[in-house]
Amino acid sequence: MNALLGLLRKEVYHILRDRRTLVVIVALPVLQVIIFGYAIRTDVDHVRLAIVDPAPDSVTLAIRARFGAARVFETVAVVPRVEQLETLFRRSTAQGAVVFEAGFADRLARGLPTGLLIIADATEPNTGSIVAAYANAVVQGYEQETMPPSTAVRIVPSVRMRFNPTRESSNLFVPGLMAFVLTIISSLMTAISLTREKETGTMEALLVSPLRPWQIILGKVAPYLVVGFASVAGVILEARLVFHVPLRGSLTLLLVEGLLFILVSLSLGILISARTSSQRVAMMGALVGTMLPTMLLSGFIFPIESMPWPLRAISVVVPARWFVLVARSIMLKGVGLSYLWRPSLVLLVMAVVLLTASTRAFHERLDG
Amino acid sequence: MNAELAIDAVDLTRRFGAFTAVDGITFNVRAGEVFGFLGANGAGKTTAIRMLTGLLAPSSGGATVAGHDIARDAERVKRDIGYMSQRFSLYEDLTVRENITLYGGIYDLSSRDIRDRTKRMLERLGLEHAADQFVRAIPLGWRQKLAFSVALLHEPRVVFLDEPTSGVDPITRRQFWEMIYEAAAGGTTVLVTTHYMDEAEYCDRISIMVAGRIGAMGTPAELKTQFSAESIDDVFVRLARPVAS
Repeated sequence: MNALLGLLRKEVYHILRDRRTLVVIVALPVLQVIIFGYAIRTDVDHVRLAIVDPAPDSVTLAIRARFGAARVFETVAVVPRVEQLETLFRRSTAQGAVVFEAGFADRLARGLPTGLLIIADATEPNTGSIVAAYANAVVQGYEQETMPPSTAVRIVPSVRMRFNPTRESSNLFVPGLMAFVLTIISSLMTAISLTREKETGTMEALLVSPLRPWQIILGKVAPYLVVGFASVAGVILEARLVFHVPLRGSLTLLLVEGLLFILVSLSLGILISARTSSQRVAMMGALVGTMLPTMLLSGFIFPIESMPWPLRAISVVVPARWFVLVARSIMLKGVGLSYLWRPSLVLLVMAVVLLTASTRAFHERLDG
Repeated sequence: MNAELAIDAVDLTRRFGAFTAVDGITFNVRAGEVFGFLGANGAGKTTAIRMLTGLLAPSSGGATVAGHDIARDAERVKRDIGYMSQRFSLYEDLTVRENITLYGGIYDLSSRDIRDRTKRMLERLGLEHAADQFVRAIPLGWRQKLAFSVALLHEPRVVFLDEPTSGVDPITRRQFWEMIYEAAAGGTTVLVTTHYMDEAEYCDRISIMVAGRIGAMGTPAELKTQFSAESIDDVFVRLARPVAS
């Protein structure tokens, strides 16, 4: 026990003294989730909107107020003539515009079809169509709330696109992203730290000592589990505060599942390092072994249900697939362990198998 | 097997696929002896040491180290041996004291023992002032001496030194050999590999490995007589040459 404690203490010193790496390990997941999160998001925010209102009246003011209240839009200019839009768009002062017909309220009151033009900057086609869709939705929202449902639609927006609730994309992506960054960083931590000991020769000193392979592995995994846990907590906090992903289920359960997932990834790193002898190879192995499968086969970006069966079959052994499922279910659906025991069990089995395999790999190393 | 023998290898063999790295070597080392283990690169020294230290299982044959069978009793062998490799075995980002404490813990020494032995070791090495410095900050020569002392910390009966003096200046090498003699005088058996032939002359007995076999074994004086050579260097070259060509 004394030996193991010493080993744990030593690893803690390694971690604490390599400040730069520690910062990278803890901060990188948080940073990556931000970067990827914004890169992958299809939502738009703070769209700079110009409004053309030749003759302001009660209805145009009410609709304008709605645009002002919508978080998506930021009204940057209100001008009387359509011609003035040209400069605003050219200078990128505006990304979108809403043009009211003159005599808007009057025409509506008389039951005439009333034109409303939505213009979106389509330099970025995606953003453009989304801006148009949002603007359309604001107008429809106004109509639905202020006019009796029996009335025929009388405001005729000239961009006809259905409202697409893409605002949910971050809810879908963030749990996947958490799996993505956590698995990479965790497997890297153990893979590098073990191969570093092989390169410097200290591993040999540990191997000729009376330490058992399981002690050496536990001495590696336990301290990094703590570091990994800090990453998990940080990423969850970030999902909540930055991306406003709801956490409808139990935080404790999510933390425990996160820890389990980290354990699987750390064990994977150990297994990788048992098969390699240089830090560079181990790093490549850990990156390729976790990044690609997690990116492609975890359901993080591409839905597993729509994959052909061979890929679906392979995805079963990708740890992230199960954690993505668990994280999404806890965060978005708010379900508990009674629904999640199966994927949790899969992760647990993976951790046990990987740890056993890496202990075995140490034995094999002894036998050359 | 003979209790007086610190190492007793009989027909020790290790094959890697079709290649036989160590080909049935038989030798023994008496307790308290300084035994030089010589051979060209790739002659099988390191493989032999890896088997004797329990890092590698023999393909056939066997050995006892400190009275324990290396195949059946590997755990007890590990308790009774010390090991220092040509590569550095201390953690550079730990302080001198932390390294000693770590290895003391690994070998199950009590905290009191660790404290006492650390104090004595630092005094002997004259490293008291550097106890709380990071190992990477102290000069290489001192690091090697420290690594050797750490390998002896748990008072092993046999210590294996794999090219302990490579890359060290002549003065430090000399001091290092004084430490080896001191350990041997205290009853510790030392098996040392080296590329420096002058160091071979310091050994009580030496064996020279050639292509996985022991080409010659005896005291330095015996070998020089046997090969009518001026020095161990000559003996070595004469043995190694036929294989090299």
